[in-house]
Amino acid sequence: MKSPKQVHLENLNKTFITSGRDKVVAVNDINLKIEPGEFATMLGPSGCGKTTTLRMIAGFEMPTSGNVYIGEENVANKTPDKRDTAMVFQNYALFPHMNVFDNIAYGLKILKRPKTEIKERVERILKMMKMEDFSERVPAQMSGGQQQRVSLARALVMEPGVLLFDEPLSNLDAKLRIHMRDEIRKIQQNVGITSIYVTHDQEEAMAMSDKVIIMNNGIIEQQGSPQEIYQRPINEFVANFIGRANILDGRIKGKNGDSVIVDIHGVEYSTTANKSFEAGQEVRVVIRPEGVIVGKNDFVVKVEKSVFMGQNHEYGVDFFGVGMEISENNPTGKTIYRIGDQMGIGFEARALHIL
Amino acid sequence: MVLKTSDRKLRLKTEIDYIKKNMRDPILMVTILGVIAIVFLFILYPLIIILKESLYYKNTLSLYHYKEIFRLSSTKEILWNTVYLGLIVSVISTAIGFLFAYASAYLKIPNKKIFNAIAILPMVSPPFVIALSTILLFGRNGFITRGILGMREANVYGLNGLILVQTLTFFPVAYLLLVGLLKSIDPSVEEAARDLGASRGEVFRSITLPLMVPGLANAFLLVFIQSIADFGNPMVIGGNYTTLAVQIYLQGIGNYDIGGGTALAIILLMISTTIFMVQKYYVGKKSYVTVTGKASRARELIDSPEITRPVYIIVLGLSVFVGLMYILVPIGAFIKLWGADYSFSLNHFKYVINLGMKPIKDTTFLSLMATPISGILAMIIAFLIVRKKFLGKSFVEMTTMLALAIPGTVIGLGYVLSYNTKPLVLTGTATILIIAFVMRSMPIGIRAGIAALQQIDPSIEEAANVLGASSSKVFTSVTIPMIRPAFFSGLVYTFVRSMTLVSTVIFLVSARYNLLTAAIMNQIDVGKIGVASAYSTILILIVAVVVWTMQFILSKLGIDISDIEG
Repeated sequence: MKSPKQVHLENLNKTFITSGRDKVVAVNDINLKIEPGEFATMLGPSGCGKTTTLRMIAGFEMPTSGNVYIGEENVANKTPDKRDTAMVFQNYALFPHMNVFDNIAYGLKILKRPKTEIKERVERILKMMKMEDFSERVPAQMSGGQQQRVSLARALVMEPGVLLFDEPLSNLDAKLRIHMRDEIRKIQQNVGITSIYVTHDQEEAMAMSDKVIIMNNGIIEQQGSPQEIYQRPINEFVANFIGRANILDGRIKGKNGDSVIVDIHGVEYSTTANKSFEAGQEVRVVIRPEGVIVGKNDFVVKVEKSVFMGQNHEYGVDFFGVGMEISENNPTGKTIYRIGDQMGIGFEARALHIL
Repeated sequence: MVLKTSDRKLRLKTEIDYIKKNMRDPILMVTILGVIAIVFLFILYPLIIILKESLYYKNTLSLYHYKEIFRLSSTKEILWNTVYLGLIVSVISTAIGFLFAYASAYLKIPNKKIFNAIAILPMVSPPFVIALSTILLFGRNGFITRGILGMREANVYGLNGLILVQTLTFFPVAYLLLVGLLKSIDPSVEEAARDLGASRGEVFRSITLPLMVPGLANAFLLVFIQSIADFGNPMVIGGNYTTLAVQIYLQGIGNYDIGGGTALAIILLMISTTIFMVQKYYVGKKSYVTVTGKASRARELIDSPEITRPVYIIVLGLSVFVGLMYILVPIGAFIKLWGADYSFSLNHFKYVINLGMKPIKDTTFLSLMATPISGILAMIIAFLIVRKKFLGKSFVEMTTMLALAIPGTVIGLGYVLSYNTKPLVLTGTATILIIAFVMRSMPIGIRAGIAALQQIDPSIEEAANVLGASSSKVFTSVTIPMIRPAFFSGLVYTFVRSMTLVSTVIFLVSARYNLLTAAIMNQIDVGKIGVASAYSTILILIVAVVVWTMQFILSKLGIDISDIEG
């Protein structure tokens, strides 16, 4: 296997001119580095520019301006066939007139590799994908999951510097999606290939990635490990986009060593912060539903929603005129509050995140 | 497959249940019986009569007529002529159709709408227009052959003229089929190949073209069927190059050899239905495009000039040529004597008016009569096929589909033989002409109706049924409004088709009812090209006025039938 390559996007822009002569800025001055062997996921709502960015890396779209480096080489103006990338498509994009073997061998044949080498490499990859018995099948005879495995094999066999995924699992059913994402991650780690993965499914992004890149309106809102993105979102968009978030008003009281003291509706909490704040500053504070402690008496709130979900119990309460979501883990044996009940709550201090 | 007795019993019981169920709905029952009767009487029965005639000699069953016609060396030549012409025309038409389709679906070039319109024009235009303008350009007094090249003995009548005329007439069939297929190829399949290192040329060679092979084969076969069934063009421009469709007419009507004519008709029928079946059940099933389904994103059109420029020039050249062919005919109608005296003259129109407006009025009137009949009948049959279960359903479905492959001369001959004697004497009447118009356009209408109905969830109709509407009420209040576009485009198609029909009606015209197309053919036959041009111009005008009026009224009603070709 060749060594994995770094991907570096530098001041990358893409503006589409639509038929009505309107301009749509799809990607707005993006800078991004993905390290060799890293699994990076681009995540965002539809129209955020993630797919356009991926297609610029692959070469299907030419950037309006900016550079795309794959390894040391700036490939911004190269056609897709001249780039060291391979892509797995949302709808598999298998060649319907070829069987599995010929689909996987296609790129190697284009490179005019010797027949024996092609056979050996295709068979090796089929074995890795546990699809040895399928080599004679044509795409129409396979399920969606099998087709997507072939699509992955077809990309992997090229041993590309970068592997690109364009929402590869969104056409599969929920159970298969989870199975396939584990499989893709495992293979990626075994092969150690640099991978860029586009999805709108946050759970998928969390489960697979070394690095999550949150995009919105053509810009990168935040990038970091799944933990960083979830626990220390940089703004309200990210906090709301990843997982569920209650965003509360607070006021900075002061510092206590490394900790910051924040006042939330008269109750003071001491928590860590990665920015510096001034005393008296109005801030927004993120608390995840599972960071709210039921049964503590910092606040007394009225229950508006009460749903038993098995592994947790979901409450909706009125918190100073704003709806708040609470998720109480492992509800077995605990007090159940009903709609209209008064409930005492508090916040787990280290789960508070000041924006 | 051998059915077990229990299975057979079950099947019989099911069929009986259908009858019982339908009996409870008398209007439905009567409709079904009526449809079966119509399909039998005017599609199948004439063919049976032809087969019978061809197999009887002096009231005994024999192959005499077949032996007789094959004793003539000319028959083998005619057979070969037909197939040879079909092969050449199909290859060229498929190639041109593919080029137009590729330009439309894959390339970033200007004027696509115009090219599309030009490519479809020959399909909705009267026959002979291209043949006529070919004579005007390349005939003995042709503008190019005589006027520019100064040739004295130019002979456009024959194989070369036929190839030119049929190709320009039939390449739209290939174009429409291929453009649909090309557009439904998922662009990401080609992107995947690009991504794996294939250049544009390699993608075309290893992906696009192989994916199109079944489509190209389909287009080839469909054009082939049209070419061998074509009567009008070989008749007026074939010269000594006779084809089967023409020979059926000459043998049966010209030589009064009904036996020989019917034997030839059976041979032509067998060739065209065999090819139709191959196309329908073998090649048609081999489509890859359905596998990948709907394209996920719009195709990035190719804009590199080294590809778009040459294609654009060829497509533009062909379009200008086709356009020219259409402009020539009305021009020719106003020229005093083509090839000799190019001065303006109304003589040809005066001649047409003196000769009588009857063919013009008759054709228009009969076509207008046939239009609603064919339109409604087609929708009823489509509805019955898609939504109802009844005894004889597969008969109706198969026969109306095979009707697409029956050459017009064959069915025309069948009508003459079947309805010349009691109990049903129709020859020479307006009725048989209307029936011919209806039967020649209805199969296309049925296919369109079936396609439209299959898009619609039957539960919508079931809902109306549950709410108390009878079968006929469901049909008129729910089904017809939902398939309006198919219905109205069926009307337009029927009118155009009826106005321009040649092959079937050539057997049925009489002193009482002469038709425009037959009149045009006669004028070309006697060399009065100017008069033929005048007639054609009038025909084009009538078709255009009626189609535009229909479209205008329909657009006021909010119905778009711009895709009548589909």
